[in-house]
Amino acid sequence: MTETNWAYTDAVKEHFMNPKNILTDEESYQEDGKGVTGNVKCGDEMIVAIKVDKEKGIITDCKWKTFGCASAIASTSVLSEMVKGMKLDDAYNLSAKDINRELGGLPEHKVHCSVLGDKALRIAINDYYMRNGMEDKVQREEERIVCKCLNITDQEIEHAVLDGARTFYDLQEMSKVGTGCGECKEEVTQLLEAYKAKHFCEV
Amino acid sequence: MPGKEIYMDNNATTPLHPEVKKAMIDAMGIFGNPSSLHTPGRRARQLAEEVREKVASFIGASPDEVMFAGSGSEANNTVLSVLTCQTKGCESNPNGIAEIITTTIEHPCVLETSRCLQEQGVNVLYLDVDQYGKIDIEQLKDLVTDRTGLVSVMMANNEIGTIQDIRTIAEVVRERGALFHTDAVQAVGKIPVNVEELNVDYLTLSGHKIYGPKGIAALYVRKGAPFCPLIRGGHQERGRRAGTENTLGIVGLGKAIEVRSQEMEAEEKRLLALKAALKRGIEENIPDVQFVGHPTDCLPGTLNVSFDGAEGEAIILYLDLEGIAVSTGSACASGSLDPSHVILATGLPAECAHSSIRISLGRENTMEEVEYMIDTLPRVIGKIRDMSTAYKRRQQ
Repeated sequence: MTETNWAYTDAVKEHFMNPKNILTDEESYQEDGKGVTGNVKCGDEMIVAIKVDKEKGIITDCKWKTFGCASAIASTSVLSEMVKGMKLDDAYNLSAKDINRELGGLPEHKVHCSVLGDKALRIAINDYYMRNGMEDKVQREEERIVCKCLNITDQEIEHAVLDGARTFYDLQEMSKVGTGCGECKEEVTQLLEAYKAKHFCEV
Repeated sequence: MPGKEIYMDNNATTPLHPEVKKAMIDAMGIFGNPSSLHTPGRRARQLAEEVREKVASFIGASPDEVMFAGSGSEANNTVLSVLTCQTKGCESNPNGIAEIITTTIEHPCVLETSRCLQEQGVNVLYLDVDQYGKIDIEQLKDLVTDRTGLVSVMMANNEIGTIQDIRTIAEVVRERGALFHTDAVQAVGKIPVNVEELNVDYLTLSGHKIYGPKGIAALYVRKGAPFCPLIRGGHQERGRRAGTENTLGIVGLGKAIEVRSQEMEAEEKRLLALKAALKRGIEENIPDVQFVGHPTDCLPGTLNVSFDGAEGEAIILYLDLEGIAVSTGSACASGSLDPSHVILATGLPAECAHSSIRISLGRENTMEEVEYMIDTLPRVIGKIRDMSTAYKRRQQ
């Protein structure tokens, strides 16, 4: 029988088969920061817990758990390896693109599954700051309304891009953005290009 | 069972039956256009007409009531479009009747066509299903009125295997003067189907679900039932479907039907036994599972099961690495995170839909393979649950 290509790269396959750093001891782990995102109803949920060297501001350990598909498992496994020894700021700024590069790329429609890990990580880092009286360091990912007619935010546009929107028309189909007065078209187009670059280029 | 590929996704498609393969290879040289008057053309025509007779006799129809189509989806699209033809003066829709009733658990080719028709102004009503995936006859009686043009209810569901009582449904529908269609793609060749007994106006069947080739299906259209072609521009299929006939596909469908008529009965019993063993094996070896679908009115080889806290796509891919091919009810793998509309329609929570897999057994599956599956599944589910945020049960 001839070997057929797996839907994912060897790196994805390896991290899927042997996921690293699973949080099996959630109660006794004594993390310094913890982040939870997604929910099971929507089909994926992620918990990321970190330990931090407080002197140096460096992540010393990272563990995770998920209700998620192969991409979520593999991308969070690789993320948990990447952030060990990393400065909190650098870890905070990791994007799905960085993770995908490490994995050798994911099928486009699976990229949205892989953003859960870094999102949960950012929440965990913020949680660490909160626990340690460093509220000033907390970065909020605030939503901003772009399409005023239909109350559509930049995050919704980002999610639509992750779900496969590539053109303004795709975005309209998926979110109805810009179908009111149409004034936001220019800004939405800029966001679209930015999110496409953020999540899909160079991979 | 190392190195062997175990295929348990027979509701998605089936491997060719060896006899079908042989018949198709033998027919490879038949190239004539069945519409041509010369000898090569007549040769092809004869093959196609023989198959038409075979298909008709298998489902209790007469040959001129059987039309070939390119897929079950095409046949279903055709039927839904009949009564809603917007062409002025179209005979198929003389009274402007444009209300369609269908169910919430149909195949997407029916649901999406229905949504599209809704956008064009057709009134579409949806029948609910109970926890087993069965429609409620009383609700049907309430919904079918003199405005109803067509009712379409699938005979057996592709995801959970539930079989509807088509005979009773058709009776209610026809009593009230509406036309009735059943998508029997998952049923024909697996359980007995007879259009006279069922009393339907239209019925769809497909080749590749019953060990025939892909790209060939058939639509039964009761004599005298309204019809309007979806594909125009040719006299083929008595003007009902333009396009040169897929002779090779038709030959394959004919052989598949012929083989089913010989093997189906014994096969049904064998598959039921395999499924019972599989179900027992899962129940005994894996905690917190839930079976979805009707316990008895179900396709013989279909088993849909939900594993609490284990995400469906992950299950599929871990099983794939172990050499086992099954599929998920959830559509995550196909690019969307939407949970299965069928499982949601049964009233089960979204978590359950995201955690379910469909195992569909077929003629090539053996008890040995089922045992391998029973050995493998607990390990895979255990591994996924160990890293799951959603599996709350503590082991010991």
